[in-house]
Amino acid sequence: MTKVTMTVNGKTVAKEVRGNTLMTEFLRDELRLTGTHVGCDTSQCGACTIHVNGLNVKACTIFAAECDGAEVGTIEGQANADGSLNVIQQAFQDHHGLQCGFCTPGMVMAAASLLKDNPKPSEAEIRHYLEGNICRCTGYHNIVKAIMAASGQDVSVIAAE
Amino acid sequence: MPKDHGIGASQKRREDVRFLTGTGQYTDDINVYGQTYCHFLRSDVAHGRITSIDTAAAEAMPGVVRIFTGKDFEGVGGLPCGWLITDRFGEPMKEPGHPVLAQGKVRHVGDPICAVVADSLEEARNAAEAIVVEIEELPAVVDMKAALAEGAPLVHDDMGTNLCYDWGFVEDNRAAVDEAIRNAHHVTTLELVNNRLVANPMEPRVAVAEYNRANDESTLYTTSQNPHVIRLLMGAFVLGIPEHKLRVVAPDVGGGFGTKIFHYAEEAFVTFAARKINRPVKWTSTRSEAFMSDAHGRDHVTKIELALDKDNNFVAVRTDTLANMGAYLSTFSSSIPTWLHGTLMAGNYRTPHIYVNVRAVFTNTVPVDAYRGAGRPEATFQLERVIDKAARELGVDPIALRRQNFITEFPYATPVAVEYDTGDYVATMDKLEEMIDRAGFAARRKESEAKGKLRGLGINCYIEACGIAPSNLVGQLGARAGLYDAATVRVNATGSISVMVGAHSHGQGHETSFPQVVAEMLGIDESMIDIVHGDSSKIPFGMGTYGSRSLAVCGSAMVRATEKIINKAKKIAGHLLEAADTDIELKDGRFTVAGTDKSVAWGDVTLAAYVPHNYPLEEIEPGLEETAFYDPSNFTYPSGAYACEVELDPETGRVTVERFAAADDFGNVVNPMIVEGQVHGGIAQGIGQALLESCVYDSDGQLLSASYMDYAMPRATDVPFYAVDHSCATPCTHNPLGVKGCGEAGAIGSPPAVVNAVIDALASGGHKVDHIDMPVSPHRVWSAMQG
Repeated sequence: MTKVTMTVNGKTVAKEVRGNTLMTEFLRDELRLTGTHVGCDTSQCGACTIHVNGLNVKACTIFAAECDGAEVGTIEGQANADGSLNVIQQAFQDHHGLQCGFCTPGMVMAAASLLKDNPKPSEAEIRHYLEGNICRCTGYHNIVKAIMAASGQDVSVIAAE
Repeated sequence: MPKDHGIGASQKRREDVRFLTGTGQYTDDINVYGQTYCHFLRSDVAHGRITSIDTAAAEAMPGVVRIFTGKDFEGVGGLPCGWLITDRFGEPMKEPGHPVLAQGKVRHVGDPICAVVADSLEEARNAAEAIVVEIEELPAVVDMKAALAEGAPLVHDDMGTNLCYDWGFVEDNRAAVDEAIRNAHHVTTLELVNNRLVANPMEPRVAVAEYNRANDESTLYTTSQNPHVIRLLMGAFVLGIPEHKLRVVAPDVGGGFGTKIFHYAEEAFVTFAARKINRPVKWTSTRSEAFMSDAHGRDHVTKIELALDKDNNFVAVRTDTLANMGAYLSTFSSSIPTWLHGTLMAGNYRTPHIYVNVRAVFTNTVPVDAYRGAGRPEATFQLERVIDKAARELGVDPIALRRQNFITEFPYATPVAVEYDTGDYVATMDKLEEMIDRAGFAARRKESEAKGKLRGLGINCYIEACGIAPSNLVGQLGARAGLYDAATVRVNATGSISVMVGAHSHGQGHETSFPQVVAEMLGIDESMIDIVHGDSSKIPFGMGTYGSRSLAVCGSAMVRATEKIINKAKKIAGHLLEAADTDIELKDGRFTVAGTDKSVAWGDVTLAAYVPHNYPLEEIEPGLEETAFYDPSNFTYPSGAYACEVELDPETGRVTVERFAAADDFGNVVNPMIVEGQVHGGIAQGIGQALLESCVYDSDGQLLSASYMDYAMPRATDVPFYAVDHSCATPCTHNPLGVKGCGEAGAIGSPPAVVNAVIDALASGGHKVDHIDMPVSPHRVWSAMQG
């Protein structure tokens, strides 16, 4: 067992973990942060996307021990301080960018990373960036639209909502 | 102005808030005190005889609570099939047993042999590796034609054949159809494959069971589209637990697309094991496990013939289909290639003579059952591809050929036993042509050609039978269940409402759209109404969500229950207002004596119902809660016209979807935003089927596409924005909301549009290619271009 200390959504946590504990397991089982989802076992689906030191990371591909000392962000920490939805979350609701909700945490985290690096991405840039996040419900239409809207772009010309 | 509340409003979804903040509760988020973890040891061969299982070493491993094998299930029931098909000779289908854990033989890769229950998942997995299973491997049957050949290895020795049934529909039409085809002016023939798919909801299946010895009750949390159906099937047929001792909960479920309808071995196992060890048991599927244990979809091989007269009128359709059942009959498997497929072979067209032959075949593969559309995409694909081929052979415009043969008068009784109540296929085609700027296609093709690409336009129509289903009809056809639904409207003393519905929402947004209906009927704010679903202990009964049935069937039950509430509330209001209940009008949440200014508010009446001090107790009971069951009198028939434009790179064979348009007739629509989202998702799955997805077995029955590294799921870069429209609405005539259902349309209507577009693109480049099987991969396109 190794002791790890990290900041998760602004709070310091210190826990004993085994060397093979994945971040998905650490977040879901140890911290009970079950918003980070596991949709595959080959790091393809992106439902477990989190932020580690500001980078977009699939939590199923990183050990908890590797996050010792890191700043970790998960979906549970994305809302505004007053609990209201942040700009990206609100755009997903406004534009129906989610259905079953299972891929959604990963999509929101990926979108946040994208907009940090590229505040006004084109449709093609958004689609390319989401290559590592699979959604089976929405056909991506409203996800792409929501991310464009969250970045302040006019989406009224895009075919029906 | 669009409406901002009630029926017809694109209300934002209330469930989104929890999903967007990571506070949804999916089954894997549920952990029960003292729970154990289960790992299944599954067959790694497609077909074999189990000669020995040695669990001794594994049982001594740390953390192991108990190891179960098929022996533990001797005397326990098997997984049942919910639909008995009678073949064309009047004989019942072959119905082999389906044990929870393999007994004697394994019949597909992934067939569960042992289950290890341990204190942790890691310990369960480690112990499974120490189990020694000896299997005498047998030759596997994978290809359906080979499975039917004389002397083929038998998947089920006791059945004596791999043929499940040979179904003819309508058998009495066969001679007339044969004659019409013999005498036809032109016959277009097409042989095609409807590729095997895996539904792949993003949430893998999970089951958590606990047992309460104090009252002998079991609770199962499971990723299901229909918890009551699981309670009935598992309780009555597998484990022998009566309904009042069994609670089944399907909490937030991360997508279903059909594959979470069925009763699976794993959920029966954890419920059984929790009783045996008196501790909760949890199983969480990995994605790789999902590929080899979730029921697959489609997998038909078909020859279709379309006969036309000299004026290009359709005179007959004849089909011959092999349908893969896999190794066992999954819950609704037998009904998909038959009643959900054969009955749709008229499509949108007046074709007087139709005959459908389906032979269902057992193979050493994962069981095949309903996947989004279920039978209807297979029917649509055949018909719309053969019509396109006919148009090309006859040198006529594919849209004009369809228009010429459209059914235009309703109700219309097809030669395949269903009666379309409403539809307007001309209107949806007109709308589609308007949406796609067909006149501008030539210029777009030129642009593509200037880049060295080919461009094609594919169009097609579809019809589906939804709102599943009239119980007395499906009962005659072999269904072993009724397909009604139920709702309870519970009005609380202060006027807020809980509506318990038998439908289950796993992405469809019922928590938002269902209250819109009740709010509209009562004239109160939606925020006063909550939907309760997914828990057999909280809702009266329900058959769940599939077959685009939720609003058409369960929504109708909810309307009927709400009507009962209104009737009773008017009686209470009449008493309070000292007027006859027949004079009471309910508007905007107030009860008014007609023609007067005397009124009481909604809350006054609801409070009186629960505090009946001034109340007609001799006439009506206190309280305000009503239940209704609704059994539809017919299917609903959504329909539409779809168009796809592709660009094809002749250097590589790569196809990209550049534009996609859908004009649907869903009847009335409650929440347009949600409806359009459903169509988007369906189209993406249809494009996935057409261009990317394929579940592949090798000749030994090894599953080659068992992860997202090998099974190509559509990603954001694979699809365009879609243009969708549902303004051509002909309301359903036989349900109170006039709704038809929208969940499956996109997946039904889109594959033929994509393939038709590819063939059109190839033709424009001088390549005379009749057909390419899905998925239309670069390799297949390139090969077709080489002749």
